Amino acid sequence: MIKAILIFNNHGKPRLIRFYQYFAEDMQQQIIRETFHLVSKRDDNVCNFLEGEVFHPIFSLIGGSDYKLIYRHYATLYFVFCVDSSESELGILDLIQVFVETLDKCFENVCELDLIFHMDKVHYILQEVVMGGMVLETNMNEIVAQVELQNRMEKSEGGLSAAPARAVSAVKNMNLPEIPRNINIGDINIKVPSLSPF
Amino acid sequence: MSDVVEKTLIALPGLFDSQTGAAKITNRLKQLIKSITELTSKHEEENLIKQELTAMKEQVSSPNTTMKQMREIMVRAMYCEMLGYDASFTYIHAIKLAQQGGVLEKRVGYLAVSLFLNEGHELLLLLVNTVLKDLQSTNLIEVCMALTVVAQEFPKDMIPAVLPLVEEKLSHPKEIIRRKAVLALYKFYLIAPNQVQHIHGKFRKALCDKDPGVMTSSLHIYLQLIRENPDSYKDLTGSFVTILKQVVGGKLPIDFNYHNVPAPWLQIQLLRILSLLGREDQSTSELMYEVLDESLRRAEMNHNITYAILYECVKAIYTIQPKAELLEKAARCIGNFVLSPKINLKYLGLKALTYVVQHDAKLALQHQMTIIECLDHSDFTIKRETLELLFRITNAQNVMVIVEKMLDFLRVCNDDHTVIHLVGKVAELAEKFAPDNSWFIQTMNDVFSIGGDLLQQDVPNNFLRMMAEGSESMEEDEQLRLYAVESYLSVLNGDCSHLPQRFLQVMSWVLGEYSHLQEDLDPREVIHLLMKLLDHRRVSLETRVWLLSALTKLCEGHTDLILDLSESLSSSQDTVLRQQAHELRLLSQDSQIHGWALPRGATWDSMEVDSSLSFLDGFVSEALAAGAAPYKPPHQRHEELCEERALSLEPYVFSLPVSLSSCSITDRQSPTLPSVTSELSDNSTDLLQKAGSSALIFEGVKRVWGKDGYLPQKETTGIAPPVEESSTAVLAPIQQRAAEMLEPQPEPLQQNQEKQQLASSLFVGLGAQSSMSLLGKSEAPPPRFRRKPRLHDSSSSSSTSEKSSESSHSSRSTADSFLYGNLLEEEPATSISSFNHAPKSATANHSQANGLGQNKDIVSMEADRQANTSQILGSDMVIVRPNKLQDRYPTRVVSDLSTLIPSDLKDLPHSDVISLTSDPSLSLSSCRVFKDEALLLVIFISNCTETTIKDVAVQLNCGELETASLRGNVMDYLEENSTSVCHYTLLMNDPQTQVSFTGTVSYQTQPGHTNTLMFSGTLSTVDFIRPLVVSTEEYGKMWLSFSHDVKQNLKLLTDAGDSLRSTLNVVKETLQLHIVDIIGSEGIVACRLLSGAPCLLHCRVNGEALAVWLRSSLPALPDCILYHCQKALAEH
Repeated sequence: MIKAILIFNNHGKPRLIRFYQYFAEDMQQQIIRETFHLVSKRDDNVCNFLEGEVFHPIFSLIGGSDYKLIYRHYATLYFVFCVDSSESELGILDLIQVFVETLDKCFENVCELDLIFHMDKVHYILQEVVMGGMVLETNMNEIVAQVELQNRMEKSEGGLSAAPARAVSAVKNMNLPEIPRNINIGDINIKVPSLSPF
Repeated sequence: MSDVVEKTLIALPGLFDSQTGAAKITNRLKQLIKSITELTSKHEEENLIKQELTAMKEQVSSPNTTMKQMREIMVRAMYCEMLGYDASFTYIHAIKLAQQGGVLEKRVGYLAVSLFLNEGHELLLLLVNTVLKDLQSTNLIEVCMALTVVAQEFPKDMIPAVLPLVEEKLSHPKEIIRRKAVLALYKFYLIAPNQVQHIHGKFRKALCDKDPGVMTSSLHIYLQLIRENPDSYKDLTGSFVTILKQVVGGKLPIDFNYHNVPAPWLQIQLLRILSLLGREDQSTSELMYEVLDESLRRAEMNHNITYAILYECVKAIYTIQPKAELLEKAARCIGNFVLSPKINLKYLGLKALTYVVQHDAKLALQHQMTIIECLDHSDFTIKRETLELLFRITNAQNVMVIVEKMLDFLRVCNDDHTVIHLVGKVAELAEKFAPDNSWFIQTMNDVFSIGGDLLQQDVPNNFLRMMAEGSESMEEDEQLRLYAVESYLSVLNGDCSHLPQRFLQVMSWVLGEYSHLQEDLDPREVIHLLMKLLDHRRVSLETRVWLLSALTKLCEGHTDLILDLSESLSSSQDTVLRQQAHELRLLSQDSQIHGWALPRGATWDSMEVDSSLSFLDGFVSEALAAGAAPYKPPHQRHEELCEERALSLEPYVFSLPVSLSSCSITDRQSPTLPSVTSELSDNSTDLLQKAGSSALIFEGVKRVWGKDGYLPQKETTGIAPPVEESSTAVLAPIQQRAAEMLEPQPEPLQQNQEKQQLASSLFVGLGAQSSMSLLGKSEAPPPRFRRKPRLHDSSSSSSTSEKSSESSHSSRSTADSFLYGNLLEEEPATSISSFNHAPKSATANHSQANGLGQNKDIVSMEADRQANTSQILGSDMVIVRPNKLQDRYPTRVVSDLSTLIPSDLKDLPHSDVISLTSDPSLSLSSCRVFKDEALLLVIFISNCTETTIKDVAVQLNCGELETASLRGNVMDYLEENSTSVCHYTLLMNDPQTQVSFTGTVSYQTQPGHTNTLMFSGTLSTVDFIRPLVVSTEEYGKMWLSFSHDVKQNLKLLTDAGDSLRSTLNVVKETLQLHIVDIIGSEGIVACRLLSGAPCLLHCRVNGEALAVWLRSSLPALPDCILYHCQKALAEH
């Protein structure tokens, strides 16, 4: 089972947090911090799994050495899945890829800003991939279809005829110049790597 | 999918009129985020968010806020919560939004609820009705949302309310709904397994669903169910194999492909399920060989996800009953992983190798060069995994190289957790395989200085115990100690300001104890050194105490040196130091007392520790006379406390606080001792558990191997690795020749050669060992520092040897027999089994036979060996030896063993004797004896061979239960064709419907050749339920005092005349309940969990069903009992 999905940027600012197991609020924040410290120390060319750090506080926080962290680093963002032993490491790694590719499809060239300004949408997309800690769907087209369905509903609400993608890019253009670059938000798109770099 | 879209589009027009305007919903959110990003400090952020929250508070309570604004507020609240700020005032509004709004509001509302609230949150109850309504909605999106939130979190008690609706959705025409319903049910199963018992049939239907997506979802459930209880699902193996075959064969629609791989996640899931099913089951394993082979073959395309499948395949192949051909392929596959330049694959390959190498060391040999390269890998994780692998293949020949590598790694490692972990391993290896004293001491010095004060306490403790107890040869001990003294003196003479405290403590103890061994050493020099340390500012208080006690040992005759010191410390602020200083002065002045209190060079064995604390008898009887409450062990106190809590009307028992501080035991032999004795006074189960958990490091993996079958198959295949006999002797000439041939490029070659040399030193001994290591790790050569077997347990060492039983299989865990021996006034099994030898050497038996019988009896036994030995041994002798029995029935039936149940337990109700496991030499059976206050697990160990088996040790692990060995879990000898009995007391504190236990028996058929036999079994709550005899009034009183209740309708047996009575009788038969009263159509029943928490059942005939209402003081107990009632009635 997936216990938690954490997305934070290179500075450790949370961008999306989803726990599938209950933790108290301060515990959640601690887990995010510890995970960030653990993950950010690692080069990009080392392996994407963290486990066996049996004595590391993060694992006692989450509740057992049975757990492992599987993460991917895309440009400015870290996608970290915390799973128990019933999940396959490589399988989850590709699931992250599927998730990011889906985001890319839904937001058209997804970047960190999309995740910030459309946190709710990202959550809806995630809900179609993982439900209650279980992998629900791994087929990108299916996920996108489900999300599109909901988007259409939204569009019809305001009678908006513009494609969501255009709305998104409008938002991006509107905000980018006003946001100072030196602080947490970068304008770099999340690069969805082709599937070879492992 | 497209029809879902169509349908929703039809439903959409309803939404149009409710919302108007295209305002930017996330306007405020954007502002908020923008301002947050402009901030520079955490403090400013806090202020800003606080402002924001206040603004939101106002907004939500204003009546003018529109639904759309509400939605936007929710998103802002989510954002704030994500950053870790409390926005709890919005929770209720989130629920409202989900309740009242249209689809869009619902979506936000549900999302917010699932992010904000957890399963136990009280507000969640308000959501139940909304969920119910939405589940019945005709709008697919609403149903989907409701199912999602249900799967995310739902109050446990409310599951029965939505269960029928969710169940109904299993036959919904839309696959997405069916799929979500399956996952929601799985979630229910996880939080309340008893509630969904009746729908297992529907799970099977889901598995056979025509839509592969639904089938995939149902695999989540099956993976869990099979993990919990593989035996019940063996019949599904065929189906899983067929599904996998179809998937692998590309029979699924092309939609399911991911990078041209058919449904990879589905394949992974199926492979996991198969490996669970095929584990330790030859016939089931045989069913899957073909499909595994097929998967391996098909997965040879080069994409990431195929590696995931391959890895899962390999794991499955090594988990199920082995098949030579597949193993060969899997081994090649692991090789590909290890050799892969992709770091994730390399990592997984190393993990797989670590897992496999304990059974097949040859595989490590094949990849030795890669392993060496991994040692120098830039990735920290890879390095650590490699060391883990090396740790597993360490033997006496390669230990020096491997430990060296580990220490190298440790010196540059800056991660505390890894250091602690690895340092422990180095210490373990050093103790086990040390080739000589100097190396051992040097390595331990490194361990202490690198591990520093992070080191786990048991490393120095084990080390000191080993020094003190010594091995079997006196001479060697002497040498080891001498060397240690020498080494420490040189360390202390150098700069010792940077040394960790633990190291200083170890050194001071060793110097105090053994510096006299070095004859040419002036004790004054040592005293000076120690005093110098004492003055050092960085030395901690604890270390000072160690130093002082060392000085106390050495001070005899050197009063002049000591006086000043003791004088200055007498005014120390610390009472312990002051006391020690005082003792130091007195002992240094009076050599007679010194010699008496601290005898030099006295062996530990001769040290008598009054473990029964008899010197306190006077104090205790005085206190008792003065009205103090008698002492009760902690677990008994705990139980009574529980009862008191239940019957809160009773006044509290008055108890006099007995101050132990006034009579604390001060043992000046070593400062470790007080801590050891305090540990002893603890509940002994702590020790057991500690031993159990640490022993797990070795095991765990071993379980997956079949008892027999692997070894012969392996031999027939005979994979001959190119470097099978990689000993230095073989490799060296080749290297030389290679070096001569390729002289023109000396640089890379030399490097290569270095690696080869390293390889040969690392992997030495593996080839030869590989054939026998198949049976498991325990066949490693016996540890070098073997503890002396001792007949009389002295308290201090017995408790510590328990701790270290992980490191040496032969060390006997004596703590428990010691602890219980006195209480039960029975001889521990060790001496009983050694008594078997009495007839053969009548002269030597005197000491062993004491308390068991007179010499005369032994003679009579010699005269008539056929006589029932139990008579000879006297009535206090409990273990009945089965010699006679077996002579009469050479082919032993398991049930015969029940006659072997010790006489004091014979009268208690007990289960049938069932066979646990067996191998050619030993067979194990067990029987459960139901005592009022505990469950006794009686294990019969029968020697089926014609030779004596030595050093039999039983170890039982069960995480969920409190276990304690009563007796007989360690035996020196088990005679041919005889059976020994050992007992475990099991206590269940947290009720669980089913718990499983595992255990190992290690024994030696030939000296130095330890075999291990694993066993496991399951126990259910029923074993721990005892009838509770109460009157109707008492029942009424208790009923009101319990808070945890569960209601459920059960099947009513209508075949007999009085349906209520007959139903209750059926339940009573299986569950040992006490029927308190039956009045008309209602009946009340009571039981308790052992002698602990009671559970009351109130049953009422309600039409065709029996409405049962359970109450207990323990939250989980009613559920468990209900489960077993259901089961009992279903099976009837």
